[in-house]
Amino acid sequence: MKSRIVYTCFVVFFLNCSKEDTGYEPTALGLDIPQIFAENIITPIIPNDNPQTIEGVALGKRLFFDKILSSDGSQACASCHSPQNAFTDNTPTSDGIDGIFGTRNSMPLFNLAWNYGERFNWDGKALSLERQAEEPIENPIELHSSWEDVVSRLQSHSEYPELFQLAFKTNTITKELTTKAIAQFERTLISANSKFDNYSLGQATLTPQELNGLDLFLREDKGDCFHCHGNPNNPLWTNNDFHNNGLDTTFNDLGLGAITGDPNDNGKFRSPSLRNLAFTAPFMHDGRFNTIDEVINHYSEGLQNSPTIDPLMKKIDEGGVQLSDQEKADLKAFLLTLSDPSFINNPEFQN
Amino acid sequence: MKNNFILIIITIFCFLSCTNDNDGTLSSSATTTLKFTHNWNTDVITSADFNTIQYTNENGQMLSIERLRYVISDITFRTNAGENLILDDYNLIDLTNDDGLSYSTNQIPIGNYVNVSFTFGFDNEDNAENYLDLNSESFNVPDMLGGGYHYMQFDGKYLDTNSNEQGFNYHAIRAVDNPGMNPTFPQDTFFTVNLGPITVTNDIEIEIKANLAEWFKSPNLWDLNVLNQTLMPNSSAQIMMSENGQTVFSLGDITNN
Repeated sequence: MKSRIVYTCFVVFFLNCSKEDTGYEPTALGLDIPQIFAENIITPIIPNDNPQTIEGVALGKRLFFDKILSSDGSQACASCHSPQNAFTDNTPTSDGIDGIFGTRNSMPLFNLAWNYGERFNWDGKALSLERQAEEPIENPIELHSSWEDVVSRLQSHSEYPELFQLAFKTNTITKELTTKAIAQFERTLISANSKFDNYSLGQATLTPQELNGLDLFLREDKGDCFHCHGNPNNPLWTNNDFHNNGLDTTFNDLGLGAITGDPNDNGKFRSPSLRNLAFTAPFMHDGRFNTIDEVINHYSEGLQNSPTIDPLMKKIDEGGVQLSDQEKADLKAFLLTLSDPSFINNPEFQN
Repeated sequence: MKNNFILIIITIFCFLSCTNDNDGTLSSSATTTLKFTHNWNTDVITSADFNTIQYTNENGQMLSIERLRYVISDITFRTNAGENLILDDYNLIDLTNDDGLSYSTNQIPIGNYVNVSFTFGFDNEDNAENYLDLNSESFNVPDMLGGGYHYMQFDGKYLDTNSNEQGFNYHAIRAVDNPGMNPTFPQDTFFTVNLGPITVTNDIEIEIKANLAEWFKSPNLWDLNVLNQTLMPNSSAQIMMSENGQTVFSLGDITNN
């Protein structure tokens, strides 16, 4: 009797053999941390339960560009997050598979592993990059699918089960593994090769106009941009925090307030990075500004007061910080030095 | 930060003094935890009290708090022998997000200390260094404003003479003149906070109370209608902040664990 039990155990053991049992491990892949980041800011956030691997990133990249994630096979993540637009799109808001436009501007995707607070989306609703990837799949005005269907399609695909096997040592596909893979790919989207980055590293020079723009950016009595949008020592060019930046007197979109339920958070949205503005128009959470000039005009003379406007907004009674035309031009010239053409053309990030 | 004689002194003390810790083994040192609490005179302030205009400053102006974070550094234990044990570190207290409100130091030798103190902000040497965590918090001061770091960001709103809400940014930094390529520094604006004598017999928690009303009170009666925003390049305002800050902090409860 006892020997039969042992024999049965052996049979079960061998039948269950897979790469889990053959010592196979996905190949660890450290993030390539740019020098300008390593010298100035703390290390990126990589979840313990989702380490970067070559196979995981490759799977995530394929999923990111694959229209299999949408219910009718017409759209992928990349449909609203295009590499050529620094992983956003060029419309104020984005339309999903049914042609219905949402209410929010698609956020650009880069340097996401350095969002230390791990609150993603304009309103901070998604509390990790992995969770962020869950919602667009089922959103009826985005990919309008269901996770059950997506997992089923991936599971019956001729290649995906093996790719999941390689990435996660199991060919049983789940929502959690799918979003983990996408998040791994998104964390590789690193942008740190702008003209200003090279200037900071002593490898480029700025024009007098660009330098004057930097000065305006950093002066508290002028642009005072640095309190929310970083500085040469914080090359993320955002604090990833939430602010009401004076867009409206009343709110159609409560932003963070709709998530926290705290009326003091109404009208607050996450500060976007100022990197890659050359590629990411239109601007603001609802894409209301088509150009950088319009954005600068807003802060110069277009501020709208409201109960939750951030106290960092200055001269609200006058509409803003009152920059001259020359100052606006200089500030814009500086802002454009933060754009990184090598990022949008990086072959690693193309379909 | 300065790499001075702290480790050597701690090592010496470790050998010279011993006591029983909780599991009955001999211990010569203890952990000191600084607990930062905040109040407006007799009212306790937590982040839950933010965003409501409910405090009245000495000048009779009502205000709210929307953001408060500040840095302390160089916590120093002065021994009977006159030696200073300087913990060469710093802590960012962020009441807005309830971060840094409790800060445990490295082990210090047990004993009687005639004074425990810390620096509000950074001394000039420490302020010139590069702190990756503070950079990540966007706590920097631009180079043309002297560089280094904010000592404090205290933002909120007040009611002006027409009872309209206006923003204020009580940002304390190293006072600077001639902002630009070659700023000059008229006067130091970091300051030392002395908490008085403390006996460390075991692990200990020291409450540091910050009465925020004092920032607006004495010796400079603060008029928010005049001094509200763009105070970083205003060296006179910075010096006034530093003077008013001398009475903000005080020693609270001491708890031996």
